[in-house]
Amino acid sequence: MTDMSVRASSLTDWQKAAYVAGQAADARINVELETEGMTLNLGPQHPATHGTLRIVVRLDGEQVIWADPIPGYMHRGYEKLTEVRTYPQVTTLINRIDWLGSFCNEVPFILAAEQLMGVEAPERAQWIRTILFELGRIANVLLGLGDMGVQLGAITPVFYAFRDRERVLNQIESATGGRFHPNFDRIGGIKDDLPKGWVAETKSVMQAMRGFCDEIEDLAFGNEIFQMRTRGIGVIPRDVALSYGLSGANLRASGVDWDLRRDEVSPLAWKHVDFKVWTHPDGDSFARLWVRLQEVRESTKIVDQLLDGLPSGAIMAKVPRIIKVPEGEAYVHTENPLGEMGYYVVSKGGLGPFRVRIRTASFNNISILPWVLKGVYVPDIVTILASLYFILGDIDK
Amino acid sequence: MIQLSSPDSTTEVAAVEAAPTPTQLLIQELITDCTSVLGDDVVETFVKHDDAWIRVDTPAFARAAQWAKDAGLSYFCFLGGLDWMPNPSLSGEKSFSIEGAEPVADDDQEVVVEVPADDAGGADASGSIASGYAGGETRFQVIARFYDVDRHVGLNIKCDVPPTDTVPSLTGVFAGSDWHERETWEMFGINFDGHPGIRKLYLPGEFEGHPLRKDFPLLAREVKPWPGIIDVEPIPGAGSDEGDGE
Repeated sequence: MTDMSVRASSLTDWQKAAYVAGQAADARINVELETEGMTLNLGPQHPATHGTLRIVVRLDGEQVIWADPIPGYMHRGYEKLTEVRTYPQVTTLINRIDWLGSFCNEVPFILAAEQLMGVEAPERAQWIRTILFELGRIANVLLGLGDMGVQLGAITPVFYAFRDRERVLNQIESATGGRFHPNFDRIGGIKDDLPKGWVAETKSVMQAMRGFCDEIEDLAFGNEIFQMRTRGIGVIPRDVALSYGLSGANLRASGVDWDLRRDEVSPLAWKHVDFKVWTHPDGDSFARLWVRLQEVRESTKIVDQLLDGLPSGAIMAKVPRIIKVPEGEAYVHTENPLGEMGYYVVSKGGLGPFRVRIRTASFNNISILPWVLKGVYVPDIVTILASLYFILGDIDK
Repeated sequence: MIQLSSPDSTTEVAAVEAAPTPTQLLIQELITDCTSVLGDDVVETFVKHDDAWIRVDTPAFARAAQWAKDAGLSYFCFLGGLDWMPNPSLSGEKSFSIEGAEPVADDDQEVVVEVPADDAGGADASGSIASGYAGGETRFQVIARFYDVDRHVGLNIKCDVPPTDTVPSLTGVFAGSDWHERETWEMFGINFDGHPGIRKLYLPGEFEGHPLRKDFPLLAREVKPWPGIIDVEPIPGAGSDEGDGE
């Protein structure tokens, strides 16, 4: 500024006039070319949103400068509804939270009620619970991996995923009677024993699932375009991930070695099997998807081991016919397909819970969107959403 | 058979009798640390089931969260509200209890085992849970849970909600608290002092009332009261022999 004025003072009058005119012209051009931000409304019915998540993004050119996810289009008020239901009735509701891995939603709630009652299910029931839990995880994450292809413009993986998930759902259906919503877990055990021949069938299905993992790894993860679209995109560092409460594969992809199946004392049967918890140091979209893929592989191995060692015995503990849960508060969480899911159950000794706070994984996983979407390009929004992998029922409860 | 643990009178006794697990030792250590850092702001603590509840003074809520983060509990689990008012829509003839329920269809005597209220130590001297573990003086409470992903231990921090309905926001400490506070604000009407732009999360903009308050009526139950236990599924294998208590 100062040296410009010094220079200007040594100029003649007409030169000064020309300078000012030039400045004015520049200013005018700047005004005319000033880029105006654009607000883009993604959803609520965008295919990348797995339901009805709406994201309002403010764009500067191709870059996101501000993003605001708007959940709630499918809010069903389960926390309120649980207050007017008995404990056995609640499982019907909470089946619909993460609808791709329904059985996994029932388990932590039942465990919380059992903890408050001081009841423990027999060993066989715990093992069958764990097997069904892992089958739910496979069915859920499988579809997430297939769906990931769709978000990146590859149609094939999703057909593979639907084809192979059907086999897992068939196993869940033949054991529980429900393809999507088993409603099979009971306080004190499970509803029924496994049908005849189920163990051998499930083993062959697990073999097929490992085949699917190999297939999708060849098809997508080794693909150059896939890597270009996901490597280094949507990086979430460890401390940010922790402070937003990311969990499951999303947290492990940021280098946090934490899996409730291995790290938490639980009555379920994970302690009897040998499996690896995969982590990835990168924290980008690729890492999140890659960890998920490995997770399915590990799950199939867990199921195999559990099927081999399945103990015999009762499947139901002696519990009163009318379930009354004594007073108390308990928080029980498990490693669900989407991350940590927990129920904070407050009981006042009645037939139904006094208050249930449902801690769902996707809710926290998606609350990081305003942070992680800042500065990314429009096409990457979709890949980041795919890599964070959420189920809308898990956000909206 | 329900396994009842021996009813102990106080938490301390329970902790001494059973050999403390590493988790229990860690929880004790954390509580000691919390008390030394926060001093008088820790109102009450409670330990049960390898889990801990710490009630802090309302103004110290964010400071307690900061303590948790510094103490290694850097994973934000959840934040939520609690309304300790008895549910009015479950009282009277709409009662949600066995007394008010229809008798079960078959004439077997129902086995209702009354489990002693607190099987591992009372919540407080009166043994009542009217205001939850670690006590409380107000109708509303806010509870937040933090977890240590390295040492695998978590604890709950509670605080009372004063008549101003305002508690300190945790967003400055844990960014993930943002949405949880927005949800608690719309569902319970609890304000969070220091929250950057609180607004509705789930509910439509014009929605009135705070649905998770106990006095907010649930229309479904107002229209059609609870029918009572009319269909109790028999226990598999229990068949002829009726359970305990007969």
